[in-house]
Formats: sequence, structure tokens, C-alpha cells
Amino acid sequence: MLDILLPILIFSALALAAIGAVRRIRLWRQGRPSPVPVLGGLAAVPRRYLVDLHHVVARDKVMSSTHVATAGGFVAAMALAIVVHGLGLAEGVLGWLLLAASATMFVGSLFVARRRINPPARLSKGPWMRLPKSLMAFSLGIFVATLPAVGVLPPDAGGWLVAVLLAAAVAWGLAELVFGMTWGGPMKHAFAGALHLAFHRRAERFSTAAGPGRRSTGLKALDLDDAEAPLGVETPADFTWNQLLGFDACVQCGRCEAVCPAFAAGQPLNPKKLVQDMVVGMAGGSDAAYAGSPYPGKAVGEHAGDPHGPIVAREGTALVDAETLWSCTTCRACVEECPMMIEHVDAIVDMRRFLTLEHGNTPNKGAEVLDNLIATDNPGGFDPGSRLHWAADLELPLMAERGEAQVLLWLGDGVFDMRNQRTLRALVKVLRAAGVDFAVLGNEERDSGDVARRLGDEATFQSLARRNIATLAQYRFDRIVTCDPHSFHVLANEYGELGGNYEVSHHSTYINELLEAGWLSLKASRLGRVTYHDPCYLGRYNGEYAAPRAVLDALGVERVEMARSGYRSRCCGGGGGAPITDIPGKQRIPDMRMNDVSETGADLVAVGCPQCTAMLEGVVAEDRAVVKDIAELVADALDESAPAKDRRRVTEEEAA
Amino acid sequence: MPHETTKNAAGALDVAVLVSVGRHPVTGRTRRADQDARAVEAALTLNKAHVRLIHAGRHETDSETALRGYLGMGFEGLTLIEQTRDADVLPALTSTLREAPPRLLLCGTRAETGEGSGLLPYLLAESLGWPIVTGLAEIERIEPEHVTLLQALPRGQRRRLRVRLPAVITVDEAAPAPRQSAFGPARRGRLVVSEQVSRPDAALAGWTLEPARPRPKRLKVVKAASARDRFKAAAAKAEGGGGQVLTDATPEQGAEAIVKLLQDEGVLRRLL
Repeated sequence: MLDILLPILIFSALALAAIGAVRRIRLWRQGRPSPVPVLGGLAAVPRRYLVDLHHVVARDKVMSSTHVATAGGFVAAMALAIVVHGLGLAEGVLGWLLLAASATMFVGSLFVARRRINPPARLSKGPWMRLPKSLMAFSLGIFVATLPAVGVLPPDAGGWLVAVLLAAAVAWGLAELVFGMTWGGPMKHAFAGALHLAFHRRAERFSTAAGPGRRSTGLKALDLDDAEAPLGVETPADFTWNQLLGFDACVQCGRCEAVCPAFAAGQPLNPKKLVQDMVVGMAGGSDAAYAGSPYPGKAVGEHAGDPHGPIVAREGTALVDAETLWSCTTCRACVEECPMMIEHVDAIVDMRRFLTLEHGNTPNKGAEVLDNLIATDNPGGFDPGSRLHWAADLELPLMAERGEAQVLLWLGDGVFDMRNQRTLRALVKVLRAAGVDFAVLGNEERDSGDVARRLGDEATFQSLARRNIATLAQYRFDRIVTCDPHSFHVLANEYGELGGNYEVSHHSTYINELLEAGWLSLKASRLGRVTYHDPCYLGRYNGEYAAPRAVLDALGVERVEMARSGYRSRCCGGGGGAPITDIPGKQRIPDMRMNDVSETGADLVAVGCPQCTAMLEGVVAEDRAVVKDIAELVADALDESAPAKDRRRVTEEEAA
Repeated sequence: MPHETTKNAAGALDVAVLVSVGRHPVTGRTRRADQDARAVEAALTLNKAHVRLIHAGRHETDSETALRGYLGMGFEGLTLIEQTRDADVLPALTSTLREAPPRLLLCGTRAETGEGSGLLPYLLAESLGWPIVTGLAEIERIEPEHVTLLQALPRGQRRRLRVRLPAVITVDEAAPAPRQSAFGPARRGRLVVSEQVSRPDAALAGWTLEPARPRPKRLKVVKAASARDRFKAAAAKAEGGGGQVLTDATPEQGAEAIVKLLQDEGVLRRLL
């Protein structure tokens, strides 16, 4: 009886899956066009899955092995089941291979089940709770049904009752695992995920046979010359189709939720819920079926949307509330953790762009900061002619007078901040001690456009960027050095699309090079335990984790690491314009970060970013660690008895 | 999406806002003038009003950026009465407003560019024959023939006024801050050019204009020993002394009292 039932079940499941796939693809194609190499993309899926995706999944060893066993077992078992049971070809080794595959899958599903006994809060419940049972039903059902095929059991063992039970188990498994994949069940992540890897909007993220993938963190520019082009994303259908596909690939593992600083602070943002809301919007309906952690302070079931309806309502509620989008610090912790390679930050900025450029609704100080950037080229509304007042006694060499220098020192808007001026003075002292040939733009420098862009004001960003690029084009320099990772990121990764390509270094990278080359002599440090806070825009955005640590080690300090450091560093709360939009939560992000610092027992936290300095130094706590920039630490440790070196002279000697 | 109030609904109050090209106090870049933007904001918050924007001046790149700043508050268009650089905009504005008189005319108290004398609203009210109210804080109620509003007085005081329509109302920093100007509507909005004859400003031609020098601020020396004294000094009312309150006075008695005061203060010397 089974040899009649199983082929029917298998082929009807495949047919239903195909119908579902067409329907699902139609949902994605509601999005705006985004050209991709179709065949090349599909051909790259195995490598992107086995190398790049696995690299992220493997950060959790148990889960990674569980997934290898379950998914690998299922793919093998399903392929073999089509041959063995669907086509009735059980001869030779095939049946035994099918037994091995379904047994492996069963073992994997036991681990899936174990994780579901007391699931961590980040995991979604609901239909995901039945997934281990479905996996077991399929693997057990196929295993037992295959026993007669290889001759272990007689063909009619157990009679019709066992046959019906087996067929039911296999049918359940097929429903969940085969056509559930395209009809929106938990297994949707496999179908959408594979295609998402194929047609990812940032294909350069993935490794190829030629080498590892590149970090691709710069936001994509809006076309402002085309008056018809939409300004950001108003409705789910305004996303590109492969962005919609990316949202649909979400496996609801909640790794993003676990690392999101805004979620931890009780602000109304949960990256996982946001991605699920986009899926709800793409398909149309309400978020009532969502079975994970909600946005803190917002009940599930009160929001609904459709593909062509607004995501954020001007008044009342739609799919997502504006404050959810404005809670994000753009720290990229979620993107770094996402095993499905979803680009949360791109989506959030896309939606912010619409709110700012069309609604004119940047919250709190947002409008004021943007007005200042337009009128004075800096967010504080200071006189742009006073950018060098802090350095009145330093006689900084000006590019306008020199025309060229080896290093263009980009000062950033920290020039108006008295705390950051100390860092800048320290950096200038270090550069002079090393005899670096540098110059500054002075009053010709403008805000890099980082804050404007992340507040969604692409127009002001592009205006600032184009004028900065025109200024930089007048001068000759080998590279730009800056102590502001936000300027660094924008100059290095976002000006390129507008025609400005530069070699940019963070000051910690540059100081490390000076130390390694022997241009700086340092005294023995008297500092105690020091920990280092990775700025998001230096670490996750630009991959520089090593140089600041190397500088600290050269200082001879006792370096201790926080539990969350390196690529898992927790944001200070200062990115993405978050201090400007200032969405209330239950606690402050910098307070949480300073708790991380105090857990290490460090007396001093070294930083490399004006935002981080301001956010962390603003924490009021007893016995809080001292906050100092890397440049300040190096400047304090300079051995001024050593003779100053003249870099230019030495270079000329070398040339001779 | 344009603002509700720009749609000309039947029975809606016709409100015109005069907007000018502003100038940022630090960098001198053109922008929407702060007081005018507040006037637009006050108009946009009215229920059931049809709001139109009117600007009289030269049409050039810089001024267009500034005018588009007002469009970015949610307007589809703005009437631009094109004038030459040396023109006195008063006659052009008067005739435009006479052709299609609004029920309510709002504007900033003083322009940020040009003469900036703050006289235009008064001259306009005089030539139109409408009442003028300065220092709007809030419009409370609109009736067919009257408007009830709060006028801002020094030190946070408010005076409720009931004014006959049509009327000119000027807005200063006491009114709520303007909404953000959004790039999308600012770029899409149209500048509808309206033809009016430019009359050269004869008085202006005879003047010499030069940039104002920042005057040194007089130091306010507060000799206070305690925080309480400092607070009292900061919050103290200007001590005028003298003065008299006339109640139930006839217009003639009131006018005599005013003339007497002006003579005492030396303002009206020639009447002596």
C-alpha cells in the first residue's frame, strides 16, 4: 500500500511547492527593480551558503552542527526519497543511503527539539515550536518506510494500520518541509534564504574563488537628479524586490534582537520584529500572528499594512511606528549577527529617508540639526569660520596655503566640542612628535554628512559630500587621517559613489603604523587596567579591530576585554543620529556600556571616536572608569627627551 | 502629500501668508525667514482654512531656494509677484491683495533681508483699510466676521483680542516654531509668477546701505549675593514708574492723554 501512497504524496508535495513558489516570487516582485545576474547568482549559492553563511552560523557551534545534520540530512533524504519511493528505485546502495540520511536528520531534529524545551527569549515561538516534531515525523516516517525497501522488513510488515500511520507521518513532514517552504511556514527561510543568497543586493559581501568577500557597509545613494525617483521607502513595494526577498529569508533566530542596543535599552525597536513587519506588509495583513518578542512597550496585533499602503502613518498607526525606526543607532550589530545576511540598516535608513524628505518629520532635535547643517555646514549651528579657533595657538598648516601634504588631517565637527578638542590637540602633538607632514582644511572643511544621511536627509548629505569632494580635489595628499570613525566611514565608503575616492585611515591605524615604523618613542606606561571600546563605525563598518589594540599594547598597559568586544562590541548609543532623535527607553545605552566596562574592573576605557567619548563620558556613576581617546593616551606617553624626527628629511634621504 | 489646508474647500477661510527671503544670522545664507515661517505654521494649524503663500521680490536662484523652504512645509504652489531689485513691493502687494482679498493676512513682523524696517505690515494694513494686530501667540477661534486670538505681551503675558475680519496679523518669536521643511514637496512645489508693475522705491534710491556693525552689548551687572536675588533681578519687571490707567474715558480724553505723554517724552515736539 505504501508503494502506492508515497509516490502520490511526494509528487503532490512537489507540485504544491512549485505553485507556492510562483506565488511567493510574485510577492517579492512587487518591489522596485534591482538588476541582478540571475545565473551567476544561482551558481554562487552553494559557495555563499557553505562558506559565508556557515561562517556566521558557526559562531554557535551546537546550533551549527544541529543545522548541518538536520538540513543536510533533509536535503539528502528528500532527494533520495524522490528516487527510492517516488520512482521506486530502491536497488543497491540507494535505500541504505536514504536510511543513513533520514537517521542523521532524526538525530539533528532531536537537538532542534532540545533547544525548544526552554527556548531563549530571542527565539520565536508559534509555528516554530512544532518544527522539531515535523522534522521527526518526516525523518522517522521515511526511515521506517524505507526499511521494507532495503529488505530489512517484509514488504507488508505491520499491516495497513502501520502503513496509514507512516503515510500520515510522511505527509505531515512533506507538508511542513516541502510545500511549507513556499507557502509561508517556518521552512520558508530555506527557499527564500537560498534565493536571497543568490540575488543579494550587496553581492560583494560574499567570498568568491578569488578571495574573501569585502565589507560592504556604505549606504546606497538616492538619485536626486531624477525628479520622479521616489525619495526613500513609503510602502513595502517601494523596497527593491531583492530587499523584500531578504526580509522573507528571516529565520526568526533572534540573534539580532539579542545584540540590539536599542532593544536592550527598552526602546521600541526589535530588528527581528521589524523584518517580520516588512514580511507582513509585503503579504498584507496584521502582525497578530507574530510569535516573538514585541517592540518593547508596544503590543502585538495593533499594526497592519499592505504592499501599497504606507509603512508609517502620518497620523495613527500603520505597519510600524516612526519611533521604532528612529530608535536605531545604525550600529550594524544585527547585520553582523544575521545568519541570513539580511541588511536591516539599509532598510531602516530607506524608511527614514521618506519620513525626512517627504513627511518632514525628523523627531526632536532632528529638524534643527538638519537646518543647521544646511545653513552652517555643521550640526551645532556654529560659525563655519570658527572651525580652527580651538587651534589658535597650534599654527596648524593649512592646505589652502600648502597645496599638498602627505597626510590630510580631517578634523571633523569635534572641532566645536571642547572635549574633542583635547583629543585633537593630543593627535596634533603625536603627529608633530613623529615628524609627519600633515595639513588641515581648516575653515574649508564641512560636516562629512554622516548625521544628515543617517537621519534620512540624503539631499543635505549629497550637498555636503559634493562640496567636500570639490574642496578635496584642489589638493594633493597621500591619504586622509581622522580621529572620527563616522567621517572615516563616509569619506572612505560613501563618497566613492559621488566621485570622491580616497585612502582614509583612522588615527589609531596611523599611530600604529608610526609606532611600528619607529617614528614615535614612548615612555613606560603608568596606566593600570585598560579596556578598549570598539566604535561601531571603525569595527563593524570598517573591520579595524587590531590597530587600536596594538597601540594599547605598545603603551604597555594591562589590556582586558569586555564580554562584548570586537565584532560583537556593544554600541555607545551615539550613532545614526540617535542622540538627536532621542527616543525614550527604559535605560540609556551608554549606561549599559559603562556597566560592561566596570565588569572588567578596568580603571580606564580607551576610545577612538568623538561620539563614543561624549556618550560614555556622559555616564554618571560612582567610580566610573576614566574615558580617554587613544590619541590622548599616546600623547601622554610620548618620550619628549627623544629627538624629534623629521619625516620629510628622512624620506628625502631615502630617496637620495 | 500637500497639507489639508491647501485644498480650497467650500466655506473654508481664505488665509494668505506673505513670505520673504530670509538670511541666516551666522552665515548669511538665504533661507525661509523665521518669523514668516512661523506665520505659515500658524496658518497651517488653523482648522478649515485655505492657505496661500505670496512673495513679492526678485526671482533668482538664491531666493528660490529660500522660497522652496516654505513649499517644503506642505504646499503645492506659491504666488511669486516678480519685482525688480529697486522696487517698493508695497503697491504690488496692495493691488494683488485687492484683486483677491483674503479674510486673514499673516506675515512676519520684520524681514531678515532688505530694509527690514518692520513697517510693511502697517503700511499694507493702512492702504487696505484693515485692522492690524502684532505679536500673535495663538489663533483661538475663527468666526465668519471675527477672529479671536491671543497676543503676546512682554514676560509671557497674553492678551485676548477679538478682531474684525479681514485683518492683518503679524507674527514674531512668540508664535510656535515652524514645522520642518521637507525636500520632496519643496522640490515639487511650483512658483506661480504673477505680473505686477514694479514701482521703484524713490526713498531707497537716496540711501546709502552698509552692513551693520555688531554693537557691543551693555554688561548687565547684577550685584546679588544669593541665587534668590539673582533670580529676582532676572525676573524683575522693567520699572516704568509713573503712568496712569484711564477707565471709562472718552476717545477725546484718551487721545489727549496720549498726546500729553508723547509731548512729555519729547516725541511730539512740534505740537508745542
